[in-house]
Amino acid sequence: MPGFDFSNHPRNLALHSRGVPLPKATSTGTTIVGCLYSGGVVIAADTRATSGPIVADKNCEKLHYISPQIWCAGAGTAADTEFTTALISSNLELHALSTGRKPRVVTVMTMLKQHLFRYQGHIGAYLVVAGCDPTGAHLFTVHAHGSTDKLPYVTMGSGSLAAMSVFETQWTNEMSRDAAVKLCAEAIQAGIWNDLGSGSNVDVCVITQEKTELLRNYITPNVREKKMRDYKFARGTTAVLDQRVITKEEISKYVTVQEIGDEEVVGEKMEVDS
Amino acid sequence: MASLFHAPMPSTGPGYSFSAQPTAASAPRQHAGFYPYTDNGGSTLGISGATFTILAGDTRSTSGYNINTRHAPKLFKIGGEGPDNLNARIVLSVVGFAADGNALKERLDTVVKMYRYQHGKEISVHACAQRLSHILYGKRFFPYYVTAILGGLDEEGKGALYSYDPVGSYEREQCRAAGAASSLIMPFLDNQVNLKNQYDPMSGQGLEKVQRVPEPLPKETVEEIVRDAFTSAVERHIEVGDGLQMMVITKEGIEETFSPLKED
Repeated sequence: MPGFDFSNHPRNLALHSRGVPLPKATSTGTTIVGCLYSGGVVIAADTRATSGPIVADKNCEKLHYISPQIWCAGAGTAADTEFTTALISSNLELHALSTGRKPRVVTVMTMLKQHLFRYQGHIGAYLVVAGCDPTGAHLFTVHAHGSTDKLPYVTMGSGSLAAMSVFETQWTNEMSRDAAVKLCAEAIQAGIWNDLGSGSNVDVCVITQEKTELLRNYITPNVREKKMRDYKFARGTTAVLDQRVITKEEISKYVTVQEIGDEEVVGEKMEVDS
Repeated sequence: MASLFHAPMPSTGPGYSFSAQPTAASAPRQHAGFYPYTDNGGSTLGISGATFTILAGDTRSTSGYNINTRHAPKLFKIGGEGPDNLNARIVLSVVGFAADGNALKERLDTVVKMYRYQHGKEISVHACAQRLSHILYGKRFFPYYVTAILGGLDEEGKGALYSYDPVGSYEREQCRAAGAASSLIMPFLDNQVNLKNQYDPMSGQGLEKVQRVPEPLPKETVEEIVRDAFTSAVERHIEVGDGLQMMVITKEGIEETFSPLKED
């Protein structure tokens, strides 16, 4: 069966009535913005993901791919922004294939709002949709309950007020690409510094009729300083009570062991202490 | 520090995989009423050495996702002369509800100054520590919503550190972290100051292994541990940041320093 599985619902209701709290979802406390300019549209986001007061991810990606010329910035529940954009991206690809035309931003916006409205706000995705299609450059916001707005500059997330204060003082009509990118980055930084739910780096995406530029970590104003002390433990510091060697042959009885060569692994490297 | 105040409720409910305790199926309150407390976030920590005590705290004050100020001290000199506490030898750190923290600081400072006027001598840290406990317990049913740490030098000149819960339960310790990021910092201190879970690499195997024995750390090492504790807490806790206030108490007096922390 497609769609969500509600079979645990009666059990969860029973648990909840006995005082068991809901599990905490990772929320991207977030500042996201978007801004139209004469040649196209810019969207930007911070890179902090939080779980309550704890920083869950210091460098997460809140700019989601929909189609080559349409991108989405997401705030709210991390899983919801991730899955909703992936679902709409998938359906949009099929739609583009069946119509044989380039997908339009309004189509994405409509698919998103219809999906979100059906779930009455339970899917906590708050999105900024931006892109270029044959009808021009477009910018929308979509709220979790399904309402949408079409504006020349937009902000969302817990840092939306800080970011909007920048737009309301600095935004002008018919800006250049560089001015629009700079303004969006400034707006995100207002969120990074003044909103506790936002932090770390600035990601930017510039979309024109010709191409899309994803500027991952466009500004990194929060690099961790070097630690004062060295925290390397001497070998033998941890007590080992028992030791057992399990051979590859033994493991093969339970799982399929796939040998991979030492080809370079592609993808972003995780941030680790030196 | 006794944890009576924050003791979890005994659970009779079903087993579950979540970290939070059941809130008990209590009847919803009819009306919220007046709630006078706020949590202003931030963190403090104290470490005592052979001839010194170091207290530290960040200078961010928050409410919700907002920053009230980036320059709110959580460390206060207690006693000494005049409003600037000249020649003071005791430091109080408070974290939790800032208004209560300030009220508590004012009260203890007054008490310590009155002690000198009445007895003609400086109060000892252990006497001051016990007085603070009584002040806190005095408001047992309308507590000062703070976690306090008191630092100074004892009568032998050794570093003295006392930590409290909001209603006055207290204990002398080697080190203590308090506030929003205490659950992040305290395990680090256990491991690095008291050498918990560290065994002598040269000793035997398995159960034969012997714990490394903690010994008082030099001042420079402690200052480095404190800074590392805070820069790490800043990375992972949203309510900690902006500035680091540090006070080093030695027989020469109190040395106070401010240094920057990340502001995001």
